[in-house]
Amino acid sequence: MKLSPALASWLQVGPLALILIVFFGLPMLVVVAASFFDFDHMAIVPAFILDNYQDIFTDEVTLSLYLSSIKFAVIVWAITLLIGFTVAYFLVFHVQSLLIKIGLFLLCSVPFWTSNIIRMISWIPFLGRNGIFNQVLVGAHIVPHPLEFLLFSDFAVVVAYVHLFTLFMVVPIFNSMARIDTRLIEAAKDAGASRYAILREIVLPLSKSGIALGSIFVVTQVMGDFFVVKVMSGGQSASVVSALSNEIQQLEYPPAAASAVILVIVVVLMVAGILRVVDVRKELAS
Amino acid sequence: MLKTATGKRPWTFYVLAAFFVLFVLFLYGPMSVIYILSFQGPEGGLTFPMNGVSTQWFHELVENGRSGDIAGSFQRSILLAAVASVLTVVICVAAGLGFRRRFPGAGIVFYLVIASLVMPGIFVGLGISLGFQLLGLETDWRISGLGAQLTWTLPFGLLVMFAVIGRFNRSFEEAARDLGATAWQRTREVTLPILLPGIIGVALFGFTLSYDEFARTVLTAGSENTLPLEIWAMTTNVTSPALFAVGTVTTIISFVVIGVSLGSIALIQRRRGRGAGTH
Repeated sequence: MKLSPALASWLQVGPLALILIVFFGLPMLVVVAASFFDFDHMAIVPAFILDNYQDIFTDEVTLSLYLSSIKFAVIVWAITLLIGFTVAYFLVFHVQSLLIKIGLFLLCSVPFWTSNIIRMISWIPFLGRNGIFNQVLVGAHIVPHPLEFLLFSDFAVVVAYVHLFTLFMVVPIFNSMARIDTRLIEAAKDAGASRYAILREIVLPLSKSGIALGSIFVVTQVMGDFFVVKVMSGGQSASVVSALSNEIQQLEYPPAAASAVILVIVVVLMVAGILRVVDVRKELAS
Repeated sequence: MLKTATGKRPWTFYVLAAFFVLFVLFLYGPMSVIYILSFQGPEGGLTFPMNGVSTQWFHELVENGRSGDIAGSFQRSILLAAVASVLTVVICVAAGLGFRRRFPGAGIVFYLVIASLVMPGIFVGLGISLGFQLLGLETDWRISGLGAQLTWTLPFGLLVMFAVIGRFNRSFEEAARDLGATAWQRTREVTLPILLPGIIGVALFGFTLSYDEFARTVLTAGSENTLPLEIWAMTTNVTSPALFAVGTVTTIISFVVIGVSLGSIALIQRRRGRGAGTH
C-alpha cells in the first residue's frame, strides 16, 4: 500500500492539529461567543448582547489597566533586550571554545526549566524590608534606613519579570547571531571597521529577526501575566489579566470573556507592530 | 574571533564577561537563597539570619497539616508531567516528520501552533472551562488540565523538532531506501535513532513545562490541585519557610529531570563520537 505524500503528512500532523483544535481553537471560539452572553448570579445565559463590551469601554479603570500593563511591557522589553543582546553577543563572539559556549548557554537556560512561581517568590527574602539587599546596604552604611520600595512595588514587579523572561530574549538572539557568517566580520575588520561599526552595521541588522522573536515572546508574556503583578506588587498594582481573573473568581464569565477578547486584539496589534518592523518568517522557516 | 592581531583579548571581553557573571548571579542568586532558607531552624523566619538549622519545614510539608495537600498535588503533577511528556514526544515527532513535506493546510496548522504559543495562558484555560461548562462536563486535571497543558507543551516541542530536523541530513534516509528499506524500517532504524538526542530534548520540554505550568491549569484542574496551584495557594496563606522548602523540593525534581535528560544526550553523542572513530 502506498500513501500519497499529502495524506502521509496529514496522518503525521493530524494528532497535533486535532488536539490544538479541540483544546485551543474551539475554546477560543467559546470565549468569543461567551463575550456576547448575558449572565446572572447563577449561570451564564446564551444571548447576543453588547453590554459586556459597552461596560469595558465606558469604565475608566480599563484605560489605566492597559496603560499600566503596557508600561510594564515596555520597561521589561527594553531591559530584557539590553541584557539579552549583551549576553548573546558575549556568548557568540567572545567565547571561542564550542564546549564552553554550550556550557554557558545551558547555564543560562537551566532556570527556564524550573518553576516560575518559585523563581518569583525567591525575590521575597532578597528584597524585603529586612531582606538581604537591605541588610547589605544598611550594613555598608550606604543608606541609613532599609529601603521600603524594594519589595511589593512596581520595582519588584519589573525585577521579577526581567528575571523570568530574559531567557526568551537570549535564545532567539543567540540563534540569529550564531548564524552570522564570520567571514563577513573578518572582511569588515580588514576594511578597517571599528568594533562599534561592526556591531552597528553587521551584527545588529543580522540579529533583527532574533530580536523580534524575543520581543514578541516577552511582550505577550508580560501582557498575559497576572501572578507576578499580584504577588510582587503586594496587591498595589493591577494588570489587565489580574482584573480579569478577579472577574472569573466572581464567576462573571461573560465580562471576563469580553476583556479577554479586547486584550487579545491589543496583543495581536502589538505583535503585528513588531512584525511590521521586522519580518520573522524567514527565521521560522529556516 | 574578535581577538586583536596579537591574540590579546580586547578590553570589551572583560567588560562583557563581568556583565555575564553578574547576569548569572542575578539568575541563580535569589534561587540559592531560598534553598538555604528552607533549612531554617524551627523559630526562624522568612529571611536571614538563620535561626539554627533544621529540616522541620520539610517535615511539615509531608505531614499534610497547615501547608495543604502538598504530597497529593505532588503525585498528581509528576503523573501529569509524565503523561504530557510522552504525548508531546509522540505527537511532536510525528508532526515534525510530517512538516518536512509541503502539504495543503500546513500553513494553517503552523499558525495554530504559533497562536497557541503566544496566547495568554489564562484565556486558554477560560475557554476550556467555559466549553466544559456548556457541555455540562466537570473540569478535571486528567482531561481538561492535560489538554490545556498540551496547548503549551506541543508548540514548544514542535519548534524544538524543527530545530532538530533542520540539522538532519536526509541522505541517510535515501541511502536506506536505496538499500531496500521500507518506509517504516527507514523511520525506525535510521531517522529516529539519529534524531534521538533531539527527541530527549522534546521530552525534557514536555515534562518541565507541564510540571511547572500554572496559567493554563488554574481554571482547568478541577477540584484537585496540581503542585504549582498548591504553591500559588501557599504564597497567599503560608508565611513560614515551608514555602521555601517546597521550592527546594520542586527544584530538586526539576534538576534531576534536566540532569538525566542532558546526561543521556551527552552520553549518546559521546558513543557516536567513539563509533565514528572505529569505522
